[in-house]
Amino acid sequence: MTGTDRLALSLSWIIALGCVFFLMLPIVITLAASFTSSAVYTLPPPEWSLRWYQSLERRLGLWDAVALSLNLAVVSTMISLVLGTLAAIAVARGRFQGREAIATFTVSPLMMPGLVVGVALLQFFREIGLRDAYWSLLLGHIVITLPFVMRTLLASMAAFDFSLVDAARTLGLSYPRAILQVLVPNLAPAYLTGGLFAFLASMDNYPISIFLTDARNKTLPIKMLQYLEEQPDPSLAAISSGLILLACIVLIIGSRTVGLNRMIQG
Amino acid sequence: MTGRAERIGLLALPGLSFLAIIYALPLFMLLLKSFQIDGQFSVAEYVTFFSDEYNLNVLWRTLRVALLTTGLALIIAYPTAIIMARVKGFWLSVFLVAMVLPMSVGVVVKAFAWTILFRTRGVLNDTLMSLGITEAPIRMLFTETALVIGAANVFLPFMVLPIYAVLRQMDSRLPEAAASLGATPVFRFMNVTLPLSLPGVVAGSAFTFSLAVSMYVIPSLIVGERQQTLSMLTARSFLYLRNEALGATISSILLVIAISVVLGSSWLANRLGARQ
Repeated sequence: MTGTDRLALSLSWIIALGCVFFLMLPIVITLAASFTSSAVYTLPPPEWSLRWYQSLERRLGLWDAVALSLNLAVVSTMISLVLGTLAAIAVARGRFQGREAIATFTVSPLMMPGLVVGVALLQFFREIGLRDAYWSLLLGHIVITLPFVMRTLLASMAAFDFSLVDAARTLGLSYPRAILQVLVPNLAPAYLTGGLFAFLASMDNYPISIFLTDARNKTLPIKMLQYLEEQPDPSLAAISSGLILLACIVLIIGSRTVGLNRMIQG
Repeated sequence: MTGRAERIGLLALPGLSFLAIIYALPLFMLLLKSFQIDGQFSVAEYVTFFSDEYNLNVLWRTLRVALLTTGLALIIAYPTAIIMARVKGFWLSVFLVAMVLPMSVGVVVKAFAWTILFRTRGVLNDTLMSLGITEAPIRMLFTETALVIGAANVFLPFMVLPIYAVLRQMDSRLPEAAASLGATPVFRFMNVTLPLSLPGVVAGSAFTFSLAVSMYVIPSLIVGERQQTLSMLTARSFLYLRNEALGATISSILLVIAISVVLGSSWLANRLGARQ
């Protein structure tokens, strides 16, 4: 190793460690701010306290938002997993023109501005007379979750040995049963990571949801931003800490079952 | 067999029809609507938009913030990805957790955390003052610098991970081979590592830029209404001003920017791939 090499390497290490610090900073700040005894955000807190967590109990509107967000995230992820499996099998096994185009199209909502998709859906649902906020939100959230599921399933099915499915069929299973009993268990890691990221993306979505809500159906991110405008006390940091805990649980499940490196490959 | 392979293609239909009806069609109708006034084809809304100096300022600010965010993210991400591709075991886990955990936490929580940090009596100002670097608190919230820092923080993993993925697949013997042939470190980096990593840089930059150009939550929390971006102007036209024609026009401009970035970057990535 020459001097230049060593200099470049140590500089890279400094930036890389700085990057880790920078990335973790918002999470640490939120956690610290949620345990303050004061009504404003002073860090470090004058005294540690759980009062903002206790204040969450009384916020009934908040728990409705949590329930709605969980409901939307779970249902839209399930539907996306089914639609995604069928489409990914078609791309991996079908013999027809435009399979690449299908793959690109199904992942493309990830790159589109969420707000624009939200505006487009708002106008479209009005045009076709869909007025129910829950159904509008659910359809919108499938558009959010499907690309996450497709991305991991497409990658994993490209590497899956489909002769296993054929073997199961020779042994007497119908095609749908062979898919359910052979392909799905074999691709469990892809289902888990695709599903988890889809779930979190739905839980967090603001730009599409904001156009599809009504007064009674507000998702958690919308409720949170509303609180921030109305009464910016540290109870918001307490809710955020709950979401951070949720992300940690997801991450632990993912790394235990699939491994961190595989989680990000999708 | 061919019959079945063709029928398997039909499995894509439910998902494709769903996206065609609930995603592509609405976007197409939005685009169409922006070229219509009372059912007649017209570019009048675009003429109005582009002849207003305020709108041009917003457009320029949006592009500038997205470019600066992408640049800052790239400067931090590239060395980080290089280190990540070299390390194993404990350190690799540290880096991977630092990428995946913030990605899973969500933008509302992170943007909110940055407002705590940037507050006038916030953590950063208190730290700077106690270190004696500044006497009085600096106004950080509501500035473009704060916005770029916050946005780069949120989008960093989307820049690091594609570069890391490319570098990790690179044969580490390539730079070694170059070295054994007498290449200097600078020559090795410029002619081996950098060209091989370019597809990752293009993918990461395209993703970061298209996220940053259309972000909504981060600017509305960090800079507020005073410094509008295209997204904020869109939301305002629809939710408060009830000026849907203007909203449709701005949405279409955002859509065109996003589509050009996607097409442009995949074209560039293909060319870079073909050259190797």
